[in-house]
Amino acid sequence: MQLSRATLRRPLAVRIGTLAAFAALSSLPGSAGVLPEDEADAMYHRYEGGGVTVQGPSVLIRKKIGDNFSASYNYYVDMISSASIDVLLSASPYKETRTQHSVSLDYQHGKTTYSVGYIHSREPDYTADTSVFSLSQDMFGDLTTVTLSYSRGWDRVYRDIKIDGAIMNDPAFAQRVDHRSYGVGVTQVLTRNLILGLNFQALTDQGYLANPYRKVLFLDPTVSNGYGLEDQVYPGTHTSTAGSADLKYYLPYRAALDGSYRYYTDTWGVVAHTVQLGYTQPWRHWIFDGTFRYYKQNAANFYSDLFPRRDAQNFMARDRELAAFSSYTVGVGASYEFHIPRAPWIQKNTLNLHYDRLMIDYSDFHAVYNNTVIGPGAQGTLPIYRLDANIIQLFYSLYF
Amino acid sequence: MRVVRVLFALGMWSALCACAPIEPWVKPYEREHLADPIMSFNRDPISSVYLEHVFATREGAHGASGSAGGGCGCN
Repeated sequence: MQLSRATLRRPLAVRIGTLAAFAALSSLPGSAGVLPEDEADAMYHRYEGGGVTVQGPSVLIRKKIGDNFSASYNYYVDMISSASIDVLLSASPYKETRTQHSVSLDYQHGKTTYSVGYIHSREPDYTADTSVFSLSQDMFGDLTTVTLSYSRGWDRVYRDIKIDGAIMNDPAFAQRVDHRSYGVGVTQVLTRNLILGLNFQALTDQGYLANPYRKVLFLDPTVSNGYGLEDQVYPGTHTSTAGSADLKYYLPYRAALDGSYRYYTDTWGVVAHTVQLGYTQPWRHWIFDGTFRYYKQNAANFYSDLFPRRDAQNFMARDRELAAFSSYTVGVGASYEFHIPRAPWIQKNTLNLHYDRLMIDYSDFHAVYNNTVIGPGAQGTLPIYRLDANIIQLFYSLYF
Repeated sequence: MRVVRVLFALGMWSALCACAPIEPWVKPYEREHLADPIMSFNRDPISSVYLEHVFATREGAHGASGSAGGGCGCN
């Protein structure tokens, strides 16, 4: 019996994905008194970097029902092929597929919009179900929109193993994770050219929060390669808070400039800062976008690249996501709007291509593979791991 | 003592202002620029949600992003 793989994701990531899906589905009103346009989108997405390729389709359909309701559905697939550094250390390369279905319904009554949604995500060793409710209210002459939200998630974590050449869930391993999220947001019109968005979100997670495949390293002079591997041990609870501010300004000519900042902190000792700048420039039937994103975090309290001995602490992690690192992302996008004369029922079509380059510099995560030898005092001589990735989105949008 | 009087006056002024209806300082007919699609915080939800997912799987932080009308508990 052996562990067959080490997924690139951890439980939190799946939840984020499912919650994020609701953002695409719900009205997310710039004005709570207006339902979103009827729309259909078809996307091909691809992420490639660090030995990992994730690609697949995403289809979104949104349609009004009568004057007060709007319903939407999203089908999203991640087809993962992974030979990441984590896999190469303690498991074997793998392929798997994650499929996600999301539905939502918005109901508008006066200046209030109520939204409910349900999201189901499934992959061979992980299932996640999330329900979401939000309420948005326009006030103060429609200059202010306040949104309150709540979500609840139930996940099931399994671990795949290989028995007699066949990959299956380990019958001795089945764990649960529960999530709760509370959010409040305000969108405020400041001037005729300037708008401000403020968001605050608190999340709690409880259950099995580690990645069951990944290992921690500890020094072991009794073996030839100088180190041993053991399971990660995470706390059973995690509470995080995040607050953000986003400003968008309409320039004297037809173009837009935006900047945002997010502060994040959690009970595991991670503090993170995210800064993003963007510029949007229309030209004839085109809209061009440019973005720059900077992200920086410190390590979690119980993270270590190399523990001094076996069972060195109560809680131990070596997930890269909990290491100290900074990253830069540079993105460009182009959108072309066109009309189809033979389809007058279509108000407009857009064809969109976005490319982002993600560059992550880790501070305390060294490149260790299963053939690496860590001699006495040699830890500092190992190369620091660095990740560069290309992210491509190609999608067609139809408004009717 | 003077400081106390000034603070009292400011408090009274604030209380009186709170009683008056708030007049929108940007009139509906002045919102042409704000209504332009390029001013949307979330012009292509299918794209922004995907990117958010990409970052969330590789970073410790998450949440409170996508201020497309005021955080819906989603990212």
